[in-house]
This record gives sequence, C-alpha cells and structure tokens, in this order.
Amino acid sequence: MVFDPPLSSRLIDFLRTHQGCGREMLLPALLEAQKIHDYIPQNSAAEIGAVLSVPLAEIYGVIEFYSMLSSQPRAETVIRICTTPSCASQGSGELVAQLCQHLGVDIGESTVDGRYVVEEVECLGLCDHAPGVLVGREMVGEATLEKIFEPEGHPRSEIYGDPRWLTLRSGVIDPLSTKEFQEMGGFDGLRAALNCPPEEVIEGVTRSGLTGRGGAGFPTGLKWQSCAEEENHPKYLVCNEDESEPGTFKDRALIEGDPFTIIEGMIIAAYAVGAAKGYLYIRGEYTRSHQVLREALQIAAEEGFLGEDILGSDFSFEIELRSGAGAYICGEETALFESIEGKRGFPRVKPPFPTTQGLFGQPTVINNVETLANVSLIFKIGADQYLSLGSEDSPGPRLFSVSGDVVKPGIYEISRPLTLRELIFEQAGGVRDDKEIKAVLLGGAAGKFVGPDGLDVLLTNRGVQEAGLSLGSGAVVVFDEEVDLKFVLHGLGHFFAHESCGKCYPCQLGTQRQAEILDRILRNQTLPGDLQRLEDVGATMTDASLCGLGQTASLAVLSAAQLWPEIFAAHGGGDG
Amino acid sequence: MAKSESINLTINGKKITADPGMTILDAARSVGIDIPVICLHEATTPEGICRQCVVEVDGWSRLAPACITPAAEDLDVETNSERVVRARRTILEMLGASVDISQSPELKRQMEKYQADSERFPGAKKRDHKVLDDNPFYVRDYSQCVLCWRCVQACADDLQYTYALDLGGRGHDSQIITFYDFPLPETTCVFCGNCIAVCPTKALQDKTEYLVEKGFQHNEIRARRRQERQEKRRGS
Repeated sequence: MVFDPPLSSRLIDFLRTHQGCGREMLLPALLEAQKIHDYIPQNSAAEIGAVLSVPLAEIYGVIEFYSMLSSQPRAETVIRICTTPSCASQGSGELVAQLCQHLGVDIGESTVDGRYVVEEVECLGLCDHAPGVLVGREMVGEATLEKIFEPEGHPRSEIYGDPRWLTLRSGVIDPLSTKEFQEMGGFDGLRAALNCPPEEVIEGVTRSGLTGRGGAGFPTGLKWQSCAEEENHPKYLVCNEDESEPGTFKDRALIEGDPFTIIEGMIIAAYAVGAAKGYLYIRGEYTRSHQVLREALQIAAEEGFLGEDILGSDFSFEIELRSGAGAYICGEETALFESIEGKRGFPRVKPPFPTTQGLFGQPTVINNVETLANVSLIFKIGADQYLSLGSEDSPGPRLFSVSGDVVKPGIYEISRPLTLRELIFEQAGGVRDDKEIKAVLLGGAAGKFVGPDGLDVLLTNRGVQEAGLSLGSGAVVVFDEEVDLKFVLHGLGHFFAHESCGKCYPCQLGTQRQAEILDRILRNQTLPGDLQRLEDVGATMTDASLCGLGQTASLAVLSAAQLWPEIFAAHGGGDG
Repeated sequence: MAKSESINLTINGKKITADPGMTILDAARSVGIDIPVICLHEATTPEGICRQCVVEVDGWSRLAPACITPAAEDLDVETNSERVVRARRTILEMLGASVDISQSPELKRQMEKYQADSERFPGAKKRDHKVLDDNPFYVRDYSQCVLCWRCVQACADDLQYTYALDLGGRGHDSQIITFYDFPLPETTCVFCGNCIAVCPTKALQDKTEYLVEKGFQHNEIRARRRQERQEKRRGS
C-alpha cells in the first residue's frame, strides 16, 4: 500500500494557471506531477482530472501509455540506457549489466536509498556517441560507469558537409543569439516569404520539389496546398520533433545548434497556410533540445519574430512548446495530435488526413524539423538555387545520421548524388579498425538492411526506390564483420514490441510474435517453420496494420532473411 | 456526383449498387457476401481495430478494412483473395496464441473457416490475468479479452457516459483498466451492464451465469451472495 504525499502547492499553482484549458493540458500537468514526485500519486491524478475535466480512468490510461510517466513510486533519478542497434552494437548491454551490478539492483528496481533506477530504453538520439545514456535529465555519450555518475557535459554531434546549407550555422553561432543568426542569413527567408502573398510561398515550396524529411517523404508543397484550400478555421501548424527512429539524431542536432531556423520555417509555413497557432512537439527524452527551444521561443517573441504583426507584416503567429513523455508512436502524425490533445497516442484512421481534420479536428500542416529547416533555406536562396542542390528527383540538401562502426560517426549534409558506399567510405572514413562491413541498416528500425553487395545504391529517392529501399529518416547504421546480427535483430524485435501502441491487432500481436521468434533465433533455438511464421506475421503487419509503425515493423527483419537466410535456419538443420 | 446518387462497384467480380454512406462491408452484406469481423458492433463506433474485415481493393497498395472504408464508385474489391485469407488466418492464429478464445463460438467458427491453427505460435506469451470478482453483478476475466475496445466505448461516449474504464498498458500488454486499478464499486461504474452486452467473449460475464457455468447450483449462489453482503456490511 502506497500512501500519497500531500498535494503539492507547485502542482496546484500549475493547475490554477491552466484552469479552463481543459484536456489539452493533461500531458503537461502529468509531466509536472511526475517531476515533483518522481511519480504520479493518485491524489495528484485525481486533482488534475477534476481541474481539467478528464475522467479518472482516462487519466490512468494516459499515464500507463507513456514510458516516462509512472503511477508507482520510482527512484529519484532514472538512468535510461539505450539498447537499440547503434548503442547495442557498441556495448550498451554490457553497460546495463555493469551498472545493475554496481547498484545492486535489477532493471526497473530502485536502489534501497531510493536514488537510482536503471531502465533500458529505445533510441535516445545519441547514436554517434554510443552507448548513449540519459541520467535524469542529463545526456551522457560514450557512456561508462564513471561517466554516468560524473557526466562530462552534453555530447555534441559532429556535422560534416561541404558546403553546408541546412547546417550552416549549427555549431558555429551561439544558438540563442538572433544577432549571430541574422548575420549568417537567418530570417532572410522569412523576410522574403512575408513579402509574397501566401499562394506564392506555397508555389515556391512546390517548385522546389521539397519532400518531407521525417520518413514518409510526402511532397511538402502539396501538403501545404491541401491545407490552404480548406475553408475551415482555425488552422494549425505543427512541428514534429518526436525524432525517435533508431539511428536518427539530425533533428536534435539542428534544434540544439540552430533553433531559430526551425522557428523561421514554422512561421513561413504558418503564413503560407493561414495558421495563427503552432505547436512544437518534442520528445520527452530530448531534455536539452527542450531547454534550448524554450529559451529560443521566448527570445523570438520578445524580439517580435513571434506574436502580433511579425516583422511589420499583418501576420500574427504564436508557438506553444509541448513535450512528449516516451512513446515512439507519437512521431506518427495523428498519434502526435492525440498526444497534444491529452490522450493516449493512438494513431487515427486516415482519411481524413491532417490537412482536412488534424489537431483538434482542424486543418493542420505537420512537418518534420529538417523539412522546416529546408523551408527557411528555400526562401533564403530562392527555389532556383535550391533546385541545383541534391539531385533531379531529390532536390535540396539532405541530412544523414551516420553511426555504428564507422571512423567518423556524425551528421552528414549531402547536397549532391552520392552512393551509400561513398557516404560510408569517403565521407565517414570507412569502417573502424579497417574491418569489413557486414551490414548497413538504412532508414532506421523502420528501414531495411543492405548487405556488402548493395552499397552502390544511390542515396536519392529514385535510387533507393529502384533498390527496393527507402531513405526514411536518413539513418545509416553500419555494422562490421564482428557484430552478431542475431543480437541486432533481437533488439529490433523488442523495439517494435515495446513501441507498438496496441490499437490494431496485426501490430499489437504481430510485433510480439515477431519478438518471440527473434528471441528463439538469438538463443539458437529456432524451430522448424519459424521463417514461415516470420513471413506470415510480417506480411500481415505490412498489409493490414493501421499505421506506418506496423506497416514497417517487419521490413528490416524480412530484408535480413533475404540477405542472410542462414541466420533464420532451424536449429539442428533444415527449416520448414 | 450528387450525394443522392447510388454507387457502382464490383465485389468478387459481381457488379453491385450501394447507397451513399455505405461502407464496403455494408455493400458486401447487402448482397449476402460474408466478411468476418471481431471488433465491430452496431452499438459502438467502428475504429478499424481488429483488421479481420480487410479486403483487397484493386490498385491499392495495402488491404483495406471493410468496416470503415466507404464504398466508392468503380472500386474493384476481392473479399477472399490469397492476401486477405493469409492476413485473416494469421491474425486469428496470433490472437489465439495470446487470448483464451475457447468461450467465443464466433471466434472458433472463424478459426475453423480460415483453417487457423491455434498452436501455430509455440512458446507465445499469453495475456494471463486473474479473474476479477470485485462486485455483486459481474466478473471480469481479461485472459479472454480480445481488446476490441467495445466495453470502453460503451462505458464512455457511445452509450453510458460513465467513463469507468479505459485502456492501459501498451502494445501486446495493453489491458482494460480502471483508475489506479480500483475495484469497480469504487469507480464511476453504475453497473448498467452495457459493457457485458457488447463483449464478444466471456471476458465480461454476468456473475450468476458465470457461477452456474462453474457448476454452482442456484441455491448455492444465493447463499454465497448473502454471505458476501453480510461480510460487506460487517466490513463497513
């Protein structure tokens, strides 16, 4: 039996400030309670429900959905160790074991003094500093037992590219100085855009050929056009910074290094489609990005870049910052809307699409961080010059997050046609310690494996399409000859089983069944028929799941089965 | 096309006419074509959860859930193609591996029809739950729960506006919950019985019926109820 601590005055103040906001403030209120008590006591949950008018059962449902919220008392500091492929291949499993031994606890169990609890988590976006760990709110890169308890400062991602367009200012300027930002062309794009009628802004983006950089690759201009044509108001502009595709960390680096460029892109997008309010949704684990954005938004508002009559135009726009609470699925656009609305992050059935019925049921444009950085760039240099970057079918620069066994892990800004081999060997310095490449995971967990024979694929939309691949979020995870792919596959299986929202049967059940079979494969206990089972489960998830998570949850596994059938052979001979 | 005009589409090679507002499922049923469903119920909002009603539409990259896909002009639909049958059979096999469906005649019928093998996934994690017997009216055996959402929907905006239930957990480990797992009498539950009425299995079952099936005689059941009431009085 747990006795609730008295209701905190900090929570009461928080709720008083947001009284009348309704359910929309549920997730922020729960995060606040979690911050105060390290869990959400029953009486806090009940008070939140009373003030925000949310049924109690639904509050508990929401707490249970998000990994970073807890209904049971939890230690003061959660040590979250990433166990997804980039980190797993760099020893995060051993680190978990060491740490648990050091603290004398099992995973998920609080230390006797109530100070620490160890959790295995999915990608923290520290793939280039693997193994990555989040200690409380501090990120730790190249983590060791010593560094976990004495962090050496926030790990910064190296950014490469010659020339750099999207990342021109990242790591060069003070990220919170609008002066330095503007000295390097910042807000030039915004000024140019605000001087055109909104239709011309949309036309410019359409002409630039920009496609979404979040994973799905939808044409941005078309998305804006559909929303702009809707007569229903208000409209919303949402920036999706729920970057959590394993192996991807470019959006985090962009936000931390150059937040104003994202704000600039959001204002341009909002102006184009006629949105007066924007939301910036950032994943809960990105504590530093959250801090940077909070300050940047405040500065932008103080200096007149947000608010009424921006830069002397008659366009007004404000941005609200929202934090996720640990759920990969909230990167799916409709699940993200549900999350902002204070619900469990269940994806919605589409259609209706967000441009007609999105956030709060209103017409909404939702764009990824890197996509919005491209928007700023398009209006800074003009669509013509933008079109000269990249390739004919994939215009503009693109960021690749390169991690795993390469000499120079980091973010690579690429603005010319390039093969995967060139990216790994010419740009990223090749494989560490001169080892051979065994496999590359392209596009993250939702992507596919490429074998040593497939490295000449051109990293353009058409190039990857012809090879049956997808660029996805631009994640490139390299595994050398010594990596046990069974271990990597096992990790991927658990990733999807942990992150499936549970709404539709194919994914809810399929991700679990897939993980169970991959467990057997790891333990060398593969049964006859397991490959056929994986294929049936995979086909069913791809063909019948409700959203992109389930539809892509088996792609990596099935691509591995094609490339390395021996991994999937039944133990003791022949597979059925 | 004006709204009142009828819709012409093809289902299993047969040209049919559907009324505006009909789903593919409605259109198929109107000409006697059977499409299996698990989560769908006329009293609750269709959410396209179970995907058992998926059909193949010519030219579409993925299967479409017939229960929520509007019938549209010129669609060419196959309700029993190889892809469709593979998905349905696999869904049933995966479900049967996690959930006790022995008390659901409809699911057993579907298993048989699609030749689904309930032992297809050896070593699968089952959703085992203890039977919850915390009130005089009904028992909850969530090891039989297929997570169709119908009880939650009936308790909320679809029928009763009581909001005693929601979904908890995530993924395979989702389950139906009350606020902090409170026993039902301590929630907003008014024991209207709507959740039991829409439950497709015996996850929710009238308590008398449950005890009769367990082999108790009615006089034993009455004695048991009286005893429970007395204990409750003494307790309070």
